[in-house]
Amino acid sequence: MDAIRTEALTKHYKVGFWRPRPYLALDGLTLQVGQGEVFGFLGPNGAGKTTTLKLLMQLIYPTSGHAEILGKPVGDVGVKRRIGYLPEQPYFYDYLTAQELLEYFAALFGFAAAERRRRAAALLDEVGIGAERRLPLRKFSKGMLQRVGIAQAVINDPEIVFLDEPMSGLDPLGRREIRQLMLRLRDRGCTVFFSSHVLSDAETLCSRVAILANGRLVTAGRLSEMLAFQARGWELVVSGLTDAVLTQTQERGHVTRATRLADGRYALELPLTPPPEQTAAALIAQGAALVSLTPVRDTLEDFFVRQVSGATESRMPGPA
Amino acid sequence: MRVIAHVAVNVFKESVRDKILYNLVVFAVLLISASYLIGELTAGQDVKIIKDLGLAAISMFGLLISVFIGIGLVWKEVEKRSIYTLLSKPMRRQEFLLGKYCGLVLTLIINVAVMTVAFYAVLAYMEVTSPVNIRASWPAPATDLAMLKAVALIMLELMLVTAIALFFSTFSSPFLSAMLTIAVWVIGHFNEDLRNYGATIASPVAASIARGVYYVVPNFAAFDVKLQVVHAQAVPLRHMALTSVYGITYVAFVLLGAVIIFSKRDFK
Repeated sequence: MDAIRTEALTKHYKVGFWRPRPYLALDGLTLQVGQGEVFGFLGPNGAGKTTTLKLLMQLIYPTSGHAEILGKPVGDVGVKRRIGYLPEQPYFYDYLTAQELLEYFAALFGFAAAERRRRAAALLDEVGIGAERRLPLRKFSKGMLQRVGIAQAVINDPEIVFLDEPMSGLDPLGRREIRQLMLRLRDRGCTVFFSSHVLSDAETLCSRVAILANGRLVTAGRLSEMLAFQARGWELVVSGLTDAVLTQTQERGHVTRATRLADGRYALELPLTPPPEQTAAALIAQGAALVSLTPVRDTLEDFFVRQVSGATESRMPGPA
Repeated sequence: MRVIAHVAVNVFKESVRDKILYNLVVFAVLLISASYLIGELTAGQDVKIIKDLGLAAISMFGLLISVFIGIGLVWKEVEKRSIYTLLSKPMRRQEFLLGKYCGLVLTLIINVAVMTVAFYAVLAYMEVTSPVNIRASWPAPATDLAMLKAVALIMLELMLVTAIALFFSTFSSPFLSAMLTIAVWVIGHFNEDLRNYGATIASPVAASIARGVYYVVPNFAAFDVKLQVVHAQAVPLRHMALTSVYGITYVAFVLLGAVIIFSKRDFK
């Protein structure tokens, strides 16, 4: 049984007051997510990621198509007991403290009072909310609210957790902590379905991704296997490189471009062949020191730009 | 039921933390100062005036709370998007809506109960401090328990107003919801006139419209027995029972309408 399954899921919004026109927010999304996966739902702003998540939470109803979670139609109360959800830029009751909010949500799942307190305290520890948990949420920063949001999404030990832009508003330390939390959830067997417009988040976390642009599914699969994201060269940063060695390496065609950086370091662009470790070894043997070696590939943003430029024209269908 | 109760308690907690119950202090100050001032100005009539004023104040304070909090109950959740998280928890949309309604009714019950206690305390003080000959001129004792009938019907009226405010707030803005709720409340107090309107005008179209409005808008005048209890006139139990059944049935229908609209709504 799939954790999540959608079939031709479509959502039109009406825009305009006097003469409402349909706006295609999601166009025939068909997707399967297996249990235990960390699934990245990627796309630029306005691609349809939040619309899909709202359809899966039944906050909006589809114009056509069908969606299931754990084999049951979305909106089923029994399924809601087994899932968690973090909306984009979450807002919670600001008159409650973080501890009270989590206890309230735990109560909705039917946990007894002592168990509510225990779960709330343990999760706030896990997301790094300390003594602030006794303050009303109106005093919380955006990053702290995001952490509370993640805690509430897992208050019921869900089998699937849906996170809409979970890294939004977090500093680098916070992002790392949330990445670690997502991996811990995966290790417990939880399916993690998260949306993001940042490729690096998906690269470090996801077993599979789907890429959405203009409401349409562009591609789905393993990021490493997607042609668009295969390395098209390497960037080697070295220090202690002499001009003579650099010229010699360039003449052999092992370096396509060299840029001088600060403190005598060079950034060298290497072709796919010969293998970069060979060129690096040769340079090191001649007195250079290795600083870094990274693959050069399209960013998600580059990919989006290409897709968007190809798909914009079909975005606004005429009146039905 | 468990989910409805949790949502209701949270609404009550919100009203306490948002200092809604401060209105009770305003009510107490208003009543005590009025009783003092009126006591200085009139002789013998002061208890009747305080009874009038007290019951009217309980009704008006309750009305303000039920309209102005009722219209924001759903709107605020949608506008601030807190509803996204809440509806992802194991609850149905109707449970959310009924929880919100019950929470505000709980707030109103506590408000009305505390105002009633303060009202009786002021009247008891007047009874104790008034000379025997003045007390003898009163049509009923100052702390006449029959006034509780008026309070009970005020509470029922507030429950109906809250349901109407909640109904409008499921599909319109707070300003429009407030205007519509107040309009229904005002028209509902003149409902009897609408029924008799046909007899006084020639236009059959206008008469039909008036009759249509008469059937749709609740008859709020039926809930108002303040004048009777203040003048020690009997309020038959039959009137109490029929008005209660009428009010509860109306609340049920209005909430059903709210649930139907809310269940189909997209939260964009």
